[in-house]
Amino acid sequence: MNPLPLGGACVTVESSQPAPAIELIGVDKRFGAVHANKSVNLNVERGVIHGIVGENGAGKSTLMSILYGFYEADAGEIRVNGAPVRIRSPREAISHGIGMVHQHFMLAAPLSVLENVMLGAEGGPLLARGGAAIRLQLAHLAKEYALEVDPDAIVGELSVGLQQRVEILKALVRGAEILVLDEPTAVLTPAEADQLFAMLRVLKSQNKTIIFITHKLREIISLTDRVSVMRRGEMVATFETAKTSPPELADAMVGRKVILKIEKGPAHPGRIVLEARHLTVRDDRGVTRVDDVSFALREGEIVGIAGVAGNGQSELLEALAGIRPLSSGEILINGAAPPPAKRNPKGVRALGVGHVPEDRHRVGLVMPFEACESAMLGFQDDPVYGRGVLFDRKAIIADEAAKMEAFDIRPRAPLLKTANFSGGNQQKIVLAREIERNPGIMLVGQPTRGVDIGAIEFIHKRIVALRDAGKAVLLVSVELDEIFALSDRILVLCAGRITGERVPEETNAQDVGLLMAGVSERAA
Amino acid sequence: MSAPRKPLPAWADVALIPLINVTAAFFISGLVVTAIGENPFEAVRLLLVGALGDLEGIGFTLFYATSFIFTGLAVAICFHAGLFNIGVEGQAYIGGLGAALACLYLGFLPGYSLAFVAIAAAALFGAAFAAIPGYLQAKRDSHIVITTIMFNYIASALMGYLLVKVLRAPAQMNPETPPFPPGGIVPQFHEVLALVGVKWPVTPFNLSFLIALAAALGVWALIWRTRLGYEIRTVGANPTAAVYGGISPARITILTTLLSGALAGGMAVNVILGEEHRLILEYTAGFGFVGIAVALMGRAHPVGIVLAAILFGMLYQGGAELAFDKPKISRDMIVVIQGLVVLFAGALEHMFRRPVATLLARRTAGPPI
Amino acid sequence: METFDAFIVIFGSGIRLGVPLILACLAGLWSERSGVVDIGLEGKMLSGAFAAATVATFTGSAWAGLAGGVLATVAVSLIHGYASIDQRANQIVSGTAINMVADGMTALVGNAIWSQGGRTPQLPATALFNAIDLPFAESFGAVPILGPIYRHLISGHDIVTYFAFALVPMTYWALYRTRFGLRLRAVGENPAAVDTAGISVRGLRYSAVVICGVLVGLSGVYLSIAQAAYFQPHMSAGKGFIALAALVFAKWRPWPALATCLLFGFLDALSIRLQGAVLPVIGPVPVQAIEALPYILTVVLLAGFIGKAIPPKASGVPYVKER
Repeated sequence: MNPLPLGGACVTVESSQPAPAIELIGVDKRFGAVHANKSVNLNVERGVIHGIVGENGAGKSTLMSILYGFYEADAGEIRVNGAPVRIRSPREAISHGIGMVHQHFMLAAPLSVLENVMLGAEGGPLLARGGAAIRLQLAHLAKEYALEVDPDAIVGELSVGLQQRVEILKALVRGAEILVLDEPTAVLTPAEADQLFAMLRVLKSQNKTIIFITHKLREIISLTDRVSVMRRGEMVATFETAKTSPPELADAMVGRKVILKIEKGPAHPGRIVLEARHLTVRDDRGVTRVDDVSFALREGEIVGIAGVAGNGQSELLEALAGIRPLSSGEILINGAAPPPAKRNPKGVRALGVGHVPEDRHRVGLVMPFEACESAMLGFQDDPVYGRGVLFDRKAIIADEAAKMEAFDIRPRAPLLKTANFSGGNQQKIVLAREIERNPGIMLVGQPTRGVDIGAIEFIHKRIVALRDAGKAVLLVSVELDEIFALSDRILVLCAGRITGERVPEETNAQDVGLLMAGVSERAA
Repeated sequence: MSAPRKPLPAWADVALIPLINVTAAFFISGLVVTAIGENPFEAVRLLLVGALGDLEGIGFTLFYATSFIFTGLAVAICFHAGLFNIGVEGQAYIGGLGAALACLYLGFLPGYSLAFVAIAAAALFGAAFAAIPGYLQAKRDSHIVITTIMFNYIASALMGYLLVKVLRAPAQMNPETPPFPPGGIVPQFHEVLALVGVKWPVTPFNLSFLIALAAALGVWALIWRTRLGYEIRTVGANPTAAVYGGISPARITILTTLLSGALAGGMAVNVILGEEHRLILEYTAGFGFVGIAVALMGRAHPVGIVLAAILFGMLYQGGAELAFDKPKISRDMIVVIQGLVVLFAGALEHMFRRPVATLLARRTAGPPI
Repeated sequence: METFDAFIVIFGSGIRLGVPLILACLAGLWSERSGVVDIGLEGKMLSGAFAAATVATFTGSAWAGLAGGVLATVAVSLIHGYASIDQRANQIVSGTAINMVADGMTALVGNAIWSQGGRTPQLPATALFNAIDLPFAESFGAVPILGPIYRHLISGHDIVTYFAFALVPMTYWALYRTRFGLRLRAVGENPAAVDTAGISVRGLRYSAVVICGVLVGLSGVYLSIAQAAYFQPHMSAGKGFIALAALVFAKWRPWPALATCLLFGFLDALSIRLQGAVLPVIGPVPVQAIEALPYILTVVLLAGFIGKAIPPKASGVPYVKER
């Protein structure tokens, strides 16, 4: 199917047709070395639901942040209802009728719904009159759009779905004609998501324009009229939803790339060493992030968990590493569930499970420490670092020097502050630390995030070497090429559930992309 | 995006910026001295002479410095774990109680063994008193800053009661205990030196100084050369990484506050066992708070702390002499300097980073070739 | 009757001792509700007290003293504000610094000017805020029970005291019924929410810091030119910290803050009254136990034994635009 012509620069608008609600023309934005938006063009017609899809890092959030005034673009133009505008702050965006519902709610928990909605639109120095007026407005909106919320309820006590409703009301009360929603269903139950969609359809029927950012194709298909696809900072295509299909969208999302192939012999999987049975894990807010996940990991194989970030992979890794408790289900390591006293990082590590965390800055390393000290994290009790009360500095430094040699970490300076190494070398410090311990099971999260090409190849080779040595590797990555290059088996995680299992040789990026986007093999 | 901290060369980070911060503190103090009508340079001269001009001055300087080493170490060890212990004042006070109880009730112990027991008791009592807010922070999430402030006052009330009602020497008007038995004191330097024929003026400067130096060495070794120290630093630098590394932040919080309180008890050793030889009211005299300034100025490193402690010792001794010569510059000037050090070396420590970084960048850039 | 008289005396004393607490506590409330932690109330109180006494001494006017006290304290408050808001400093360290500098400066400058060990000269009644007798206090005083209450507890306070009491409903109203109050409460809970609504986080927090300065300045003014007739070094004697304890105990709300401050003031008066007194059963009452009671109560609260004390969510966290 042919997509619509890109962008709006060359479209001649007939005088009888109303101008598009939003036009983004040549919007470009860099953050240092990262080119987040590459000359993006976008046309959003009035009174439609326009979806924007893309993987993580595609540039969707940056684009919307520019539209909402958090940043100013380096180049390009924004037009609202045909008129060029300059949006330098959220206040100016609001004044142009643009409202945004953020992924992380902008709400003050101990305050009431009414107070949260009033914030910034109080209508005068005293709250009484403005409050009464907004109360009326809320009642009106509740009737018009089925957006029922008790104005006096305390926001912190509301369910997540209702809190989101408050966010939407905030935007509507400020006269938003264009509503931008950023990954709104990330925190909703399926029932709440359906309610949201019903609400959005009512809003559309009232000629509001809705921009809907998501990576879930099911939602695009069921909700939107038009959909634009972003990939690596570029606006790749725009379709009329009715005339396209999930495979076509997935294709545009992941692109026809040459899959990085590395030298990899066949796998010889042995016995099961790690088993997850009906795992359910909740995050700090109590939202279920891993939903009844079961799988088995054998020694001598690499299982890759594919999925867009935020679909439960982080919580799954944390649960397996003993950092996060399970809500239900069990984990069996070498056939036995660890006793309760050992269900923590120390205990799990002692059972021979290595863990390369997803975020080396926040979790895997201690940036102010010397490299040799970061290299001890998790293993500080090892007698190789000193048999008595005091550390044996020589041994610590020598140990790290050896690791640096083995993993080609540059510079070869065990005493250099961890923060002063490049991303790739920092990651190698983590890997060296975990791999040299010879664990039976290795959990690896985003091993090449923020890592340069040369280091990527090295790291990939080491991971395969682990597998060839008979270890079991669980690889979590949002980079599909990495998943394809390394995995012997691929499990796809979406919204906390496994949507499918594949073998790399028998699938392709588009197929997996569909699974990542929520089109599961079971009934959607 | 937040403005990233401008990168500075290591030497600027470790030496230049702290030096600028302290200079700023002294500069403002100088302005204050000028404002009250005195010559700041004359004041500095008198201060230096008073602190280091003769052996007696040096003795007092080092005596005060000993207390500051202990309280500075106490605050610093908590800093490493990411905790702000404002309660060193109260912990040092309660440490004195431990020393006093040992001396008053265990007098039957032979010779100097009583002193050793008293020192241990001071550390133990200080540790126990610090562990309560530590435990509350670790297990019940009670903000340690507020609880330690409260415990300072609780210590004050408790000790006031004990000294007036319970421990007071009989037939004694002042709220203080009877004098300690001779085995329960820490000898002063002038006494020790007299034994080998060296004549030194009488000052309260006592052997606790050596204990303080040993404690500084011990703290250095603990923080940078032991597993516990590694865990403390990890919790302070990155609690999430600590959990990942199998370290319990709650356990570390409690252990660190215990150690901190024990160090605070060291001040009791210096003043109660080394100088007063009996327990008196409010002997901590704000030195627990000086420890905060010393720890900040010394950047929580034992070497820096010892140096900062000696500097503050000079300020306190020299300040007393200065106040004597120039009544207008009363001893409160030292508290002002102390507060300014906390302000510039603590709160505003990054204020000078940007201008310095820009200056350095411009200088190293040089003309294009 | 004797116990009733004693009660009147103690309660009257309690009110007088509670006034600086109320003012300082409300000051801390405004600051912390906006997200700026303030443990420097003690130092600010001293600054205000000293400045008020000094200006009153030089001008002979209590009102000039009040202006001086408030202005000085606002200036000190702005230093803390600048460090906390713009320099994103550790707010505890900043507050500690202010306490130390103020404690030292007030004594130093006072001594430098008057050479009386830091004490300012005794102020004549014309330069003080004196007791105001409300109408009919004298004649109504004869009425049993209500009379003495009216005459000694309600009437006979100075204007700063009456203002302090009036400030409680004013604070409540401003905080919960005005636009400014709503925005301030929001910025202490979720500054990002305020920022994305297009409101200046910085502006709100600086406003809160200034209000805090005014109120805690008044508490200092009360100490030196209403309750006493001079300034004396360290005269706040920990009241700034008791006010902080009261703030936590009252869970950052105005009316409970009033009740808590009056309670703590009452305990203070009681401890003075009970010195040397012997109660049945308990025996001689240790005065220190009552002195320590406010602090012990706060610790018990913080330990979670009498409900949870949850501060404003963004308290103490410098706001950095993360986007």
